[in-house]
Amino acid sequence: MRMNRRQVFLRGMKDGVPIALGYFAVAFTLGIHARNAGLSVFEATLSSLLTNASAGEYAAFSLIRQAAGVIEVIIMTVVINARYLLMSCALSQKLTPDVPLWQRMLLGQCVTDEIFGISAAYPGNLDPVYSYGAFSVASPGWALGTALGVMLGNVLPGNAVSALSVGLYGMFIAVIIPPTRTNKVLTGVVILSMALSCLMAAAPLFDFISEGMRTILLTVLIAGGAAALFPVKDEQKEAAA
Amino acid sequence: MSHISYILLVALVTYLLRALPLTLIRKPIRSRFIRSFLYYVPYVTLAVMTFPAMVQATNVPLAGGIAMAAAIILALMGQKLLTVSVAACAVVFVLELFIK
Repeated sequence: MRMNRRQVFLRGMKDGVPIALGYFAVAFTLGIHARNAGLSVFEATLSSLLTNASAGEYAAFSLIRQAAGVIEVIIMTVVINARYLLMSCALSQKLTPDVPLWQRMLLGQCVTDEIFGISAAYPGNLDPVYSYGAFSVASPGWALGTALGVMLGNVLPGNAVSALSVGLYGMFIAVIIPPTRTNKVLTGVVILSMALSCLMAAAPLFDFISEGMRTILLTVLIAGGAAALFPVKDEQKEAAA
Repeated sequence: MSHISYILLVALVTYLLRALPLTLIRKPIRSRFIRSFLYYVPYVTLAVMTFPAMVQATNVPLAGGIAMAAAIILALMGQKLLTVSVAACAVVFVLELFIK
C-alpha cells in the first residue's frame, strides 16, 4: 500500500510522539546542566532548537563553562558528534538519487539518534517527509524540556536538582550498555573507557580544560585502537544504527 | 567568545557533520578502519563522559554510584532510554533522603 506524502508526514509525526516525550525528560536535565554552565533560558533553548544533540550540547555547555578556545570547541564537537557522520552516510544509501539537494540539506538537520533510528527502519527507500514529520514533533519537546530545565532548575530544591542531574548520564548508559550484551569487544571498550577516564580524572594535573581534552584523547586512543584491533563487520555497522 | 558565538559554532559544526555525508557522499565508506573507528566513537565518548562525572554530579557520590549501577542493570535488561534515565534520577532522589 503506497501512502501519499501527507500520510507519510502524519505517520512520521505519530512515530515522533514517544521520541518527544523521551526528549522532554532528558532535555530537562540538559537544561539543568546549561544553567550550571551559566547559560540563560534563551541561550539554552536556542542551542536546543539549532543543535538537537544531547551529548553534543552537554559538551558545548561544559566548553562554555570552561571558556574553551575555538579549536577545542570544533574538535570536541566533531569528536562527540562523529556518529552523525556515520548515520548520515547510512541514510544517504536509503534515498533515491532523485531526492533534491535542498531535501538532503533539510534531512541533515533531522539526523538525531532517535530520528535516524526510525528513519533507517523505514521500509524501502526513505521519503524525507517521514523524518520531517517526526522531527516536527520531537524537536519542540527537546527545546521545551531544555527551557523548563533552565527555569525550574532555579526554583527546584537542591535534592531534586541533584536527582535530575543524573538523567542525562542515565540516557548515555541506555545508549552504550545494551549492545554490550551481544558484543564482547564493546563491553571491553566501555569498561576500558570508564576506567581510563576515572584514572585521568584522579590525576593531580586535572583541571577544567583537561576535562574536554580528556574526552578527545581517550576517544581517539580507544576507538582508534579498537578499530585497528577489532575492525567491525558490515552487520555490526548496521547494528550501530 | 560570547555564549551565542559558542552556540552558533557548535550548531554549525554539528549540522555540517549531519548534512555533508547526505549531500556529498553517495557511496558507502570503503575504509574498514574509518568505518570501525566511527562505530566505536560514541561508545568511548559517552562512557568517558558518564564516569566518573555521574558520581560527581550528585550531592552524595554514593547515591550517584548506586544510580549508575541501577541504570546499567536496567539497560542490560533491555529497558528503554526514558525508563533508565528516570530510574537513575529516582534512585538518587530516594537515597539522598536517607544518606547525608
